[in-house]
Amino acid sequence: MLSSASRPATTTPKVPVSQFLRIAEHARPSIRLIVDGQAVTALAGDTVLTALLLAGRRVRAGEFGDGPRAGLCLMGACQDCWVALADGRRVRACTTPAEDGMELVTR
Amino acid sequence: MTQPRVVIVGAGPAGIRAAEVLVHAGLGPVVIDEQPRAGGQIYRRPPPGFVRIPRALYGFDASRAQALHALFDGLLPRIDHRPDTLAWNVWAGAVHTLHDGTLRRQPFDALILAPGAMDLVVPFAGWTLPGVYTLGGAQVALKAQGCAVGRRVAFLGTGPLLTLVAHQYRKAGVEVVGLFETSDARRLRRGAWSLAADPVRLGRGIAYRARLAGRVPVRHGITPLAALGRDAVEGLRWRDSAGAEHEVACDAIAFGYGLKPETQLAELAGARFAFEPADGLWLPVADAAGRVAPRVYLAGDGAGILGARAAEHAGRRAALATLADLGLDDGAAVPPSPAAARRFRDGLRTAFPFPGHLAAGLADDVILCRCEAVTVGALRAAARETGAREINRVKALCRVGMGRCQGRVCGVAAAYVLAAACAMPVGAVGRLRAQAPVKPIPIGACRAP
Repeated sequence: MLSSASRPATTTPKVPVSQFLRIAEHARPSIRLIVDGQAVTALAGDTVLTALLLAGRRVRAGEFGDGPRAGLCLMGACQDCWVALADGRRVRACTTPAEDGMELVTR
Repeated sequence: MTQPRVVIVGAGPAGIRAAEVLVHAGLGPVVIDEQPRAGGQIYRRPPPGFVRIPRALYGFDASRAQALHALFDGLLPRIDHRPDTLAWNVWAGAVHTLHDGTLRRQPFDALILAPGAMDLVVPFAGWTLPGVYTLGGAQVALKAQGCAVGRRVAFLGTGPLLTLVAHQYRKAGVEVVGLFETSDARRLRRGAWSLAADPVRLGRGIAYRARLAGRVPVRHGITPLAALGRDAVEGLRWRDSAGAEHEVACDAIAFGYGLKPETQLAELAGARFAFEPADGLWLPVADAAGRVAPRVYLAGDGAGILGARAAEHAGRRAALATLADLGLDDGAAVPPSPAAARRFRDGLRTAFPFPGHLAAGLADDVILCRCEAVTVGALRAAARETGAREINRVKALCRVGMGRCQGRVCGVAAAYVLAAACAMPVGAVGRLRAQAPVKPIPIGACRAP
């Protein structure tokens, strides 16, 4: 639920389920990833960040209880989008290509 | 005699032109680049399989981008190109790199650093929410991934990228809910006199701004107050120049206040720094050819923000200076630094001043350092309770700038917060020192082979 204090004055039509919106380059082979146990479809050439933010609105949890994070600079500088793979490794989502079969944990 | 080893870090406009000069002189430089394909951020190439034409990706700069890409591809047989490679330290005459989990030490006789820049930011309440991106980031999403960072995007901040990226989003069919500019109309007019040094670029900026103003709200002299929302961005709260507060619904905020050179490697290579009052930033001290330390050269936006065309000049100059210092001078005169580019930069400074005062005015509970979730209030308390007046000391006390990004993102704003808290000029509180590794490297890579 939204807190009333943070609800904008103007009405939001519908809360979007994804952060990013794909607007071009649709004609690429699709790949499948597992995000938090759920199957997610992406396209070859998407970064991990793109794949995650087309499927939802988070990349990871802030380590200090400060809420979800979803990157900032998208060019490998800010280090905000490091995300865990299911095997325990971590990758920088904005500079890592999404690969078929990749398993990601954002929570 | 073996050839001198010249290492170039960065394959944007400056790095590519430096490589070109060295190859023409008969050298085969090593070109280390963090990206998979050369071009830098401005002329970034999308991954294989993307089909948009250059005009769609780079607009008016398409022919320039294509020329640089073709130039670099032509150099490939004669250089040692190492893409997807992070340069994370410069130490004892060698660049230390990480590629595909493997560390490597690359000795050099001369080092040309062309590391580029990132967005200069000031935190605001809620800026860690998903949906808040830098202007550069919003552009990268569009250019390199064919994605918008949201469906309804608010553009916030100042500088040429603000107008450009908002224009690109609108053109791509994304709803732009407004352009919220911290500079005011008077400053924009004053800056235009110097920006006229590059009439084409000024003209484009004015045309984009006019086109936007006809279709979306464009506000000047605003103060950002907060990104609204609980789990992701739902709106932007801002204050107008008359003091009234407003909210606009959006699902993304793209913001930035100009660009900031990536100076960490130059610092590790021995560069000295000086405070540049016109930018409110500490910049490496370089001579006209880009020399920052013995056999170390700095070129492009990594030396100070002059833009892509000036970066090409700077890359050539640094390479010519390298050849001269290595005793390989072929008599080519070092081209003069582009005066028009400097005048244009002065215009940018006048028209789009960095609003450091916004950092000083932040509430105590705003997160300042994203990596470590250090609040503005924690920094102020550290300064107040200990009397610390130097930013590295304050970092040790409250961990601001100690996280993964090493203060790249928050360091400038942190200095402004500290300076205001101590009633000192911002140039007097120092600058966060760079440490290796300049970006995170996996500890597994450090095992002895």
